[in-house]
Amino acid sequence: MFHWLEKNPFLFSVGVFVVIAFAGLIEIIPNFAEASRPVIGTKPYSTLEIAGRQVYIKNSCNACHSQLIRPFKAETDRYGHYSLSGEYAYDRPFLWGSKRTGPDLMRVGNYRTTEWHENHMKSPQSIVPTSIMPAYPWMFTNKADIDTAFAEQLTVSQFFGVPYNKPVPMKDGTTKVVKMGKSIAEARALALEEAKKVAADMKDQDVKDAVAKGEIPEIVALIAYLNSLK
Amino acid sequence: MENRPLEYDYTVAKMFMVTTIVLGIVGMSIGVFIAFELAFPGLNTILGSGLAEYTNFSRLRPLHTDAVAFGFTVSGIFATWFYVGQRVLKVSMAESKFLMFIGKLQFWLYIIGVAAAVVSLFMGYTSSKEYAEFEWPVDIAIVVVWVLWGVSIFGLIGIRREKSLYISIWYYIATFLGVAMLYLFNNMEVPTMLATSAAGESGIGSWFHSVSMYAGTNDALVQWWYGHNAVAFVFTVPIIAMIYYFLPKESGQAIYSYKLSLLSFWGLMFVYLWAGGHHLLFSTVPDWMQTMGSIFSVVLILPSWGSAINMLLTMKGEWQQVAASPLIKFMVLASTFYMFSTLEGPIQAIKSVNAIAHFTDWIVGHVHDGTLGWVGFMIIAALYHMAPRVFKREIYSKKLMATQFWVQTLGIVLYFTSMWIAGITQGMMWRAHDEFGNLAYSFIDTVDVLHPYYALRGTGGLFYLIGFFMFAYNIYKTMSARPVEEHELQNASPMGA
Repeated sequence: MFHWLEKNPFLFSVGVFVVIAFAGLIEIIPNFAEASRPVIGTKPYSTLEIAGRQVYIKNSCNACHSQLIRPFKAETDRYGHYSLSGEYAYDRPFLWGSKRTGPDLMRVGNYRTTEWHENHMKSPQSIVPTSIMPAYPWMFTNKADIDTAFAEQLTVSQFFGVPYNKPVPMKDGTTKVVKMGKSIAEARALALEEAKKVAADMKDQDVKDAVAKGEIPEIVALIAYLNSLK
Repeated sequence: MENRPLEYDYTVAKMFMVTTIVLGIVGMSIGVFIAFELAFPGLNTILGSGLAEYTNFSRLRPLHTDAVAFGFTVSGIFATWFYVGQRVLKVSMAESKFLMFIGKLQFWLYIIGVAAAVVSLFMGYTSSKEYAEFEWPVDIAIVVVWVLWGVSIFGLIGIRREKSLYISIWYYIATFLGVAMLYLFNNMEVPTMLATSAAGESGIGSWFHSVSMYAGTNDALVQWWYGHNAVAFVFTVPIIAMIYYFLPKESGQAIYSYKLSLLSFWGLMFVYLWAGGHHLLFSTVPDWMQTMGSIFSVVLILPSWGSAINMLLTMKGEWQQVAASPLIKFMVLASTFYMFSTLEGPIQAIKSVNAIAHFTDWIVGHVHDGTLGWVGFMIIAALYHMAPRVFKREIYSKKLMATQFWVQTLGIVLYFTSMWIAGITQGMMWRAHDEFGNLAYSFIDTVDVLHPYYALRGTGGLFYLIGFFMFAYNIYKTMSARPVEEHELQNASPMGA
């Protein structure tokens, strides 16, 4: 039946490619522009939040925690309003995860505090005695990579038009401006300013001292990111 | 022309056989370790809290998945290609210095890529996308290795003596094209060092960091179009290529139906790519895509079972071989697990079932039915078939093979039963409400209940790993301890002998 095709590797390969490429074209392309439009109230991540997001990714938090609330009563009861497409407009990469070994974190900023995260990251069992989550003590000493976070900000603003230093509409009708430094030095200063606010609510003296010296431990950036998830 | 069989050159095949086994041990050992970490969290700091960064679950999890997918499985695909390709195209690698060079180059670049991947994942350099975690420099190395493999495939096809491409070759070609397309589009990313600040500074920060080309929902859509089809084109298509060659060879039976193989091949190619949407049910991607993903997942049963039934019917009238030969056992059980997981997957892709199953261990269980039962067993069987022929030595111990088969089968059964129960239990507990309409369980309740199943799963994984060590030992002894035969072992299966 198809013996002629099986003797012609070129046509055969072209045939296979067309058949496998078909579904992707139909499924992915039509919605592409629309899906990346932000909803009102979604703002870009600050330098420190991006650094925290990188810590989140570096430690594969997404291997155990989802950031996707499905539209079921049980989920909205537990985690808050179900997820909307536009809320992810500034998420590169997306961090929906595929497994909930731990709870969803899409809106964790609404119901957990800096202090809670600090204790929990140091020793999850001190808060939830039977938790199977490992502790992350190295985040209290490793320094966050602010320069790379700044580079990421620059990249998304230059290549993908993410609105930094521009007013972004919020739900209450006001606008907010998320700042991005003009130089590395300014970016570091902006991040440090934000880090100081987070560290003020923390108890760990070494972390406080580090921030006072102008260094930003990973945990501070991570908590800034987690607090921004709302 | 001399009337004697061609002498094939298995140099490159042998190299990849070694990496299949070594990376299999690495990937599966990490898998067993992290499985026990979930049951006994104290293991996260097994080397002390100073090194906990490198021994904790979250850092090791991508290493496990990538080592078994791109280490063990992809090595197995390459090893069998450099064996099967020559034989069904009736041309030896030794006939082309160029192809031999490309094959060896591919191997050494692959080794460099693996080393870079392992180190970078340990350090925490990851893009976070599942099965596509590598940062852009490693991605480039992977693309080069893949292109070299393409040169090998089409080069060998170009100088073939047998004009008609055997079914296995169709599947190898599809593997090459499918993975190339998926990998390229999913890993589109912009290195952050390309950006320039307003003050004119460039090359800021870490040079291997990058940002995905797609944002949010689009990124998820592309990722799961990739993620699901990486399963298709790494864990299914090339494994079918193997079984279409090795089962008839080992059993001495002809393929049951050519028409069924045609239908299954083109059906699989068309349908599989639609099914990625089932990873995104009830997410923020448009509803019609979710529905398409769901429907096509169910349709996918047809081509999947087409191949599996074709394999099982190939054994028609020769079922006594299953009892007599552990090698046939491996392949028949592989087909059976293929049928099993391609039925289980579509069930999980039905929206109402997915509402319970998604985010739970049932999904993990499903993946392992396919990978341990189908992919693992088929690659093990392929290497057992190849070993006597490439090393010109009889298999060291058939008894050990049979023991391995039963130990690993027991391991798989423990694995999937515990994960079924764990997943469905947790899924039901998450959604339970009490009589007043409040959530019946806090999250930690649904974790506590999983402990025995996590312990059982780890044990199942351990059995499989022990079996894999038996396999490694058996192959090692075959290579080193058996007398060399005069000629390549022909016709009679070493198992039947």
